Amino acid sequence: MSKDKTNLSRRNALRLIATTAAAVPVIGCSEKAAPKVELKEDKLATKPAVKDLDAPKQTLVRGTPTDPDLLNPVVPWEMQLDARELAVLAALCDVIIPADEISPSASSVGAHHYINEYVSAPYSNNKADLVTIRGGVVWLEGESRRRFQGPFVELNASQKIAICEDIKWTRTAKPEFQAGARFFAKVRVLVSTAFYTTEEGMADIGYVGNRPMASFPGAPPEVLKRLGLES
Amino acid sequence: MASEDIENKEYDALIVGSGAGGGMAAYVLATAGLKVLLLEAGRSYDPVKETPMFNLPKDAPLRGGSTPEKPFGFYDATVDGGWQVPGEPYTQGSREKGRRFDWWRARMLGGRTNHWGRISLRMGEYDFKPYSRDGLGFDWPISYQDLAPYYDKTEMLIGVYGTNEGLENTPDSSDGVLLPPPNPRAYELLAKKACDKLGIPVIPSHLAILSECLDHEAIPQKLFPDNKLAQDVTRESMKSRAACFWATPCGRGCSIKANFQSTTVLLPPALATGNLDIITDAMVREVTVDKGGKANGVVYIDKITRQEKFASARAVVVAASAAETSRILLNSKSTLFPDGLANGSGVVGKYLMDTVGAGVGGQIPALENMPAHNEDGASAMHMYMPWWLYKEQLRGDLNFARGYHIEFGGGRSMPGAGAFGGMGDFTEGAYGKDLKQACRRYYGSFVWFDGRGEMIPNDDSYCEIDKDQVDQWGIPVLKFHWRWSDQELNQAAHMHKTFAEIIEGMGGNVTTTVQTDGAKAIINGGAIIHEVGTARMGSNSRDSVLNPYCQSWEVPNLFLTDGAPFVSNADKNPTLTIMALAWRTCDYIVDQFKRRNI
Ligand SMILES: Cc1cc2nc3c(=O)[nH]c(=O)nc-3n(C[C@H](O)[C@H](O)[C@H](O)COP(=O)(O)OP(=O)(O)OC[C@H]3O[C@@H](n4cnc5c(N)ncnc54)[C@H](O)[C@@H]3O)c2cc1C
Ligand code: SF4
Repeated sequence: MSKDKTNLSRRNALRLIATTAAAVPVIGCSEKAAPKVELKEDKLATKPAVKDLDAPKQTLVRGTPTDPDLLNPVVPWEMQLDARELAVLAALCDVIIPADEISPSASSVGAHHYINEYVSAPYSNNKADLVTIRGGVVWLEGESRRRFQGPFVELNASQKIAICEDIKWTRTAKPEFQAGARFFAKVRVLVSTAFYTTEEGMADIGYVGNRPMASFPGAPPEVLKRLGLES
Repeated sequence: MASEDIENKEYDALIVGSGAGGGMAAYVLATAGLKVLLLEAGRSYDPVKETPMFNLPKDAPLRGGSTPEKPFGFYDATVDGGWQVPGEPYTQGSREKGRRFDWWRARMLGGRTNHWGRISLRMGEYDFKPYSRDGLGFDWPISYQDLAPYYDKTEMLIGVYGTNEGLENTPDSSDGVLLPPPNPRAYELLAKKACDKLGIPVIPSHLAILSECLDHEAIPQKLFPDNKLAQDVTRESMKSRAACFWATPCGRGCSIKANFQSTTVLLPPALATGNLDIITDAMVREVTVDKGGKANGVVYIDKITRQEKFASARAVVVAASAAETSRILLNSKSTLFPDGLANGSGVVGKYLMDTVGAGVGGQIPALENMPAHNEDGASAMHMYMPWWLYKEQLRGDLNFARGYHIEFGGGRSMPGAGAFGGMGDFTEGAYGKDLKQACRRYYGSFVWFDGRGEMIPNDDSYCEIDKDQVDQWGIPVLKFHWRWSDQELNQAAHMHKTFAEIIEGMGGNVTTTVQTDGAKAIINGGAIIHEVGTARMGSNSRDSVLNPYCQSWEVPNLFLTDGAPFVSNADKNPTLTIMALAWRTCDYIVDQFKRRNI
């Protein structure tokens, strides 16, 4: 099936949404229905009854952590990491997810800023991770100087890899590298989320969804064939 | 209570709660011409305006990931809810492992229907008469045949896709009721192939999602042959619903109204009749009774002024979600009803049930390195496995009496918070180009299987009023007591074993721990969020709260239309049954009004 037939563009989809809401008389949401509806505003001074689901916001506060504005998300907490820490993390992010022929590097899509956002969040897990990340950065800087007499950001690729080889997996890291390995594992988890939730990361692995289509085609013939599932 | 608080307007019926049960009651009663007032504890909410359909994870804090304030992620439609509701605590009777009940609530117009999973399965003949079949639990006072016409009507109204397969205790819908299911995805077909060998049926799932637009000319006629008002408002409402466009996660809500939400499907046509008023931010504390012992209204807290108010009606319908409904009844004490309203049997709060849940994940090499293709679909299962070992169970070949169905997932869904978080361990520490290649290779090759099984009601699973605590509205809170029996624990262990077999049958490797000890496999009580029971119906007033029409034995103008009347909790997810039962109850209420019994 050709793409044109099945895929509405995102803009068309939004238009579809807009027109369904506006053009089709949506009962409970349109002027057409409003006159029929009993208003209780005059009787209840403190609060209007819901006359339609479109009603203006009621008077209780919105935009709380349990009721955030989903259409206009904001990160409500302050960032904790400073520029030097971020520079080290950016360099480490790029060792973990470097640029290649298919997609850019993690830092170029801002993965280190996501790490900052994550460890700055006010929840207990995140607070614990802040300690892991900050401590890890200090350790990484120290290790770089001990081994190669320079800060991590200034090491060449093979020097960076020499350190990362020692901390790449907690299960195989030597005892003296365990803390470094836990730090590295945490960064890898956060970088992966950061990178693969961007358009660049999604394109890299071949995520092609979130596109409206008139009908759902199911598994393509090529895929069925590879799985030995052709009917 | 001050008399000036009493509304001047006279209502026939007052409904508490606007979710599946309350929304359906509002729709049926308002379209039948009754004057209805609905009180909802949460805020007003409009999915058409408020749903972030296409927003990406990266647009949200923490990539949309879970937090204590938004347990199912930032974009989840739940408002002021989750396992905890700010200012509305509940307590546990025991700290022992396996004895807690996690209570999920949503404080918003439409309740939990704004973000539910939309899996809509009918209970079957056996499910209404479980005691007769194996001597455990209790029979319902009604049979499948009593509810079948209401299942048809509910499915036609909300729109459910699926097929009729003629399988044991997995009822077919009447011809022309179901919408066609979407095509299966690759991993679903692969699972089917593995299940074929194991004798496990894999059939199209039944989901309350419009795979096509509803026939807005024919259906309203069929639903309401003699009621023009109901036909008109239903027709207009159906016209306003678009078919699914196979993108965007349903748990955020659906602004094109393709999936079922009380706020898009039930409340708009009910409002359009002009017979329904809704007051939101109205937390009901208790149902009040007159001298003759009939319900005459409710006391609620206006959350904006933080003051008590009173609203009255000729009949009261409580649908605040099962346990909350019992909380209201137990808090409604009077000289006539010292142990709580309608609680002469002492059964209010008793036989609380959830669904048995256990899951196993796996990785399937055959699914590695697939060419890019779109697997979004209806953002939920296109296929599932209904319970299949009825005969074995009847023969006593299994060490548990009731069945489970299998819900499963996997595939190339949109990466969100936690994407590839397990890749480090999975690859023994890959980073750099190796990590990138691993992500490309393994993306889409992970699957998981979740069992959803029947829990048999027991004396140790119930809720009661905690005498020592009130919530921020001054209302005494619930204390939960919970215990799984061996029936559920053995079932959970069986789930793990089965899922491992399916994964291996797909040529895959299990990636989570397969438990032989059911207590380790089973998920906490309440965690599946299929809370039902606590005010069951029955055939006599000694051991039940309600008659077969969900009418209180003791208070003839009091009705419950949520999950509270459930006598048992089949493996089938409860909401379709809640709505079918609510419709039937409300037809009965209308009839009682006509006969002037209320
Ligand atoms: C994530 C998730 C997935 C689910 N998936 C499925 C599924 O796939 N299939 C299925 O069948 N079910 C599913 N469910 C369960 C389903 O949502 C419930 O069974 C259904 O919504 C119950 O309907 P209800 O009317 O009893 O309660 P609700 O829908 O919860 O509505 C109750 C309403 O009453 C209001 N209320 C409560 N107390 C008061 C009070 N004191 N005064 C006034 N108002 C009050 C609440 O604010 C709420 O709006 C799921 C639930 C969740 C959370
Ligand atoms: S997948 Fe379909 S039903 Fe679900 S939210 Fe998207 S459009 Fe609506």
